This record gives sequence, C-alpha cells and structure tokens, in this order.
Amino acid sequence: MDLIDEDTEQGGNTPEFSVSELSGAVKRMIEGEFGFVRVRGEVGRVSRPRSGHVYMDLKDDRSVISGVMWKGVAARQQTQPEEGMEIIATGRMTTFPGQSKYQIVIEDIRPAGAGALMAMLEKRKAMLSAEGLFDPARKKALPYLPEVIGVVTSPSGAVIRDILHRLRDRFPRKVLVWPVAVQGAACAPEVARAIEGFNRLSVGGALPRPDLLIVARGGGSVEDLWGFNEEVVARAAAASDIPLISAVGHETDTTLIDFVSDMRAPTPTAAAELAVPVRMELLAFVGDSGARMTRAMGQRLEMRSQRLRDLSRALPRPQELLETPRQRLDVLSDRLPSALIRLLDRQKLRLSEQSGSLRPSVLTRALRSETQRLDDRAARLAPALSRMVSARREALARRSDKLSLRSVQRDIIVQSERLSSMVRRLDDAQRARVEAQRARLDALERLRETLGYRETLRRGYTVVRGEGKVLTTKAAAEGASGLEIEFADGTLKLGGGAGTRKSGKTPPPEQGSLF
Amino acid sequence: MSDTPIEEMSFEQAMAELERVVGQLERGDVALEESIALYDRGAALKARCETKLKEAEEKVAAITLDADGNAAGTKPLDAG
Repeated sequence: MDLIDEDTEQGGNTPEFSVSELSGAVKRMIEGEFGFVRVRGEVGRVSRPRSGHVYMDLKDDRSVISGVMWKGVAARQQTQPEEGMEIIATGRMTTFPGQSKYQIVIEDIRPAGAGALMAMLEKRKAMLSAEGLFDPARKKALPYLPEVIGVVTSPSGAVIRDILHRLRDRFPRKVLVWPVAVQGAACAPEVARAIEGFNRLSVGGALPRPDLLIVARGGGSVEDLWGFNEEVVARAAAASDIPLISAVGHETDTTLIDFVSDMRAPTPTAAAELAVPVRMELLAFVGDSGARMTRAMGQRLEMRSQRLRDLSRALPRPQELLETPRQRLDVLSDRLPSALIRLLDRQKLRLSEQSGSLRPSVLTRALRSETQRLDDRAARLAPALSRMVSARREALARRSDKLSLRSVQRDIIVQSERLSSMVRRLDDAQRARVEAQRARLDALERLRETLGYRETLRRGYTVVRGEGKVLTTKAAAEGASGLEIEFADGTLKLGGGAGTRKSGKTPPPEQGSLF
Repeated sequence: MSDTPIEEMSFEQAMAELERVVGQLERGDVALEESIALYDRGAALKARCETKLKEAEEKVAAITLDADGNAAGTKPLDAG
C-alpha cells in the first residue's frame, strides 16, 4: 500500500492520458483482442429505431452486453432477434467512447439450436391463437372454380412449375404470380406484401383480382422456411379477404401460415389440386347429368304411358257395365206378371174374407138395434115434452106473477090525462084560430061586397053584355047580335032570341069561400 | 330452387342446380308437366355448365412491382 501511495504521490513516471486517448487505447485493445467472437446468450431488450439499425441486449444470468446490428446486416438475417430468444451471435467487440460503453457489433444471428427456434414459434402460436386467428370459424370456403388464381412464390423454380403444370392438367385457369423471396430476411415482408397486394387489386381491373391465393414454397430446412413462421406473414394471411391456400415445404413441415390459411396443402402440387376441380370430370358429370335427365324423362314418359295402358285396360267395357243391370231387368220383368197375379189373388182373398162377414143379418141386427133405440127415444119424447111444457109454464107463471099491471095502468092514466089536456088545448087553439080567421073573412067579404059591381047595380047601374062579353061602348052594343042587361034583380035579354035569364047569376070567378 | 338467372350462375351454382334437377327427375315425384319444365331447365343448366367448362384457358403472368413494391403490371412468366 505504501507503494501505491508513493506512486500516487509521486505521479511522475506514469504517462498521463487524455480521456480520449485512454478511451481510444481501450477501443483499440478491445477491438484487437475481440475482433471476431461468437457469443451465446438470451436476447434481452430489443429496439428498432427508424434508422433501421437494431439494438439489443445479450444476457445470461449474471451479465449483460449491449449489441447492435447495422441496418444492412439486419436485413440479411434469416432470424430476427426477439426478446427471450436464445441465440448465437457472431461479430466483433467495439466501444462507444461517447458513453464509456462497449458493445458487440453483430454480423450474424442464429438461433441457439432448433429447440430455441421451436420454443419461440410455440410462443407466437400461443399469442396468435389467443387472438383467435386460428379459429376455424374464420376460415373461408374455397371457390369451387376460381377464375383467377394468385400465386405467391418464387417466379423461378420447381414450385411454380409444379403448380402451373397441375393446374393445366386439371383445369387451365388464369394465374397471376407475385414473385417473392422465399427464404432469407426479405422473405417474410415480401410475402406479407404480396398477400396484401393481391387483396388490394380490384375485381375486373387491369390486373384482375384473384379469387384464390396460393402461398407456396418448396421443402427446406427449418431456417429456410422460417420466413413463413413470421408474425407479419401470419397476420397478412389471416387478414386476406381472398381465400388462401398455404403450401410451404413438404408434408411434414408446418409453418405458422398453415394455421391461419383457409386451407393447408401438403405440397404445392396438392395446392393446385385443391384449387381447381378436374375439368374432364366436370365435363363427364355434365354429360352424365344430361344423359340421366333424358333417361329419367324417358322412363317417366314410359311409366306414364304404361300406367295409362294399365288404367285403360282396367276400364270396363260399356257393354259389361250394362250387362248386370240388363240381367236384373230381365229377372224382374219375368217376375212382374206373376207378382201382379199374386197381388190380385191376395186382394181377392181379403175381399172374400171381408164380404163373408157382410150378411143381411148383420144389417138387420144393426137396423133392429137402431129401431129399438128410436122407439125408446120416441117413447120418452112425449112425457119429456109435456114435462118441459109444464116446466116452462111454471116458469112463465112465476114470471107473470112478477109482471104487475099496476104500473102500466098508472102510466096509461097519466098519459091519457096528458092526452086529453093536450086535445083540449089543441081544440081551444084551433077554435080561436078559426074564429079569428072567420072574423077576418067576414070583414073581407064585407069589403068585397062594398067594392063589387053588384052593390053598384043596386044603386041603378047595369052591366051590358053581348055575345058573352061585357060591352062598354055604344059601338060594341050596336055590333052585337043580342044584348044582355044585368040589373040588380036579374038580367034582361034584348034581341038575339035569347030568353031572359032567371036571375042567372053568373057566378063571379072568384067567389068561393074556404068554408 | 335458386332465383339466380341461369346465365348469371357460377359454374358451381349451375352444377348444383343441375344435380338437383336430375335428382328430381329421377325420383319421378313431380307432375308430368312440371317434369317437362324441369327437363328444359336442366338442359339450360347443362348448357351453362358446358359454357363455363369451355372457358378453360391458361394464361399465366407474373406481377411486376414498382419501386415501392406495389403491383405495377404484368410480364410473361417463363416458368417452363
């Protein structure tokens, strides 16, 4: 310790470095000593900035070494580092003076054995499965006869040849090949891009959108096929709207894309077989269908006509239909006369039976009994009548007893008194009326007497008539053949030979009296 | 029975319908007049199927990509 203390104190013979000098010396020494190393460890934290370089930690249970993989190198890697992956990295050590760090610049990464790779694959599978990407319900049905088939594979090599060959054999179709790298670091991104690219094409566009995709690769080592285990490929395949057949490697190789594809084919050739039906078989089927149809139709017609023939045979002849009724008619018409005779006989018999009991004695007996009855009644009639008369008489007597004359007589007296009083009144009235009229008449008569010409005659006047007419003029009197002069005491005739009329009163025309 | 007009049917539809028609005719459980209509339909379906089967033409092309890796066009593919 003294020595060190001394040195420190002295500081004289030890060369003095600047930080950069020392840092550079360390760098030179480390790079010189570890210019090429292989290191095995677990990948720790991985970061991928936009620069394209990949930074990661390599670690074991005690130590950590930082690592970097430059962009170009990273792109070349078949295996991309993932956290937790056991790898063997090859590279060189260097320092990063700016941060007093040392790190390994990785030139190559390999999984540390197949086991490590498989473990990682299992992890991915579990993750995607948990997301439901392997769900059978997600799988789309393959079209029965696709028009356009998109193939994602290497444009050269046996695989595309096998596929085209098998397609040609079965059913030639339009095929679009999307060329991709099928191994190496470019594989996964290119395959994913191809799947997405095919899905982006439009139906009926210049580049027709396929209705079926085949992602194919021939056999190879696990590492060769690794691209198809990448998550990006699996996700692109799962997202494809176009049904997708995966055919990667040989039958025993299973890659991640096989779990998400709609159909897994064991080989590329098998993929072509899954993709299209055999045209010749279909032609045969269609031809056969036509033949079956014609045959069925023919049989059907034959069956119908047979049935028709059978039915028409089963149809009875019209004569046969009539025969039985006709026979019945015959039988019945045979039986009709005898039936009538029998009926007649029966009626006759009944008549004789009835008439047998119809004898005069029967009538006489009836008559006798009726006469007897009549006699009985007649005998009873007279007593009954007298009985009834006396009864009625008694009733009448009873009634007439009740019927009194007194009221009638009284009524008569009253009424006759009224009548005589009325007669009296009538007489009085009449008498009075007659007297009044007579008085009036007398007065009128007196008046008439005074007014009449006869009174005038008494006073010396006469009335001269000629030929029955009263003559009032001398001329008229001279013209008359005879004249009659009436005096109050009689008429004197002059000339004309007519005798004197004895006081012949020519009764005045209206001299009547009403009485 | 499918409502799609026969001339618009895909091969698969036409084939399935043809199969059905043939089966129905063979079972013979349709009226005679209907079977004649079925027969006509079957004949049309068969013709449709044959047309689709004649469209069997091989045409192979490879996609060409632009700088961004998108499909740009096609070129003949010589895969042998």
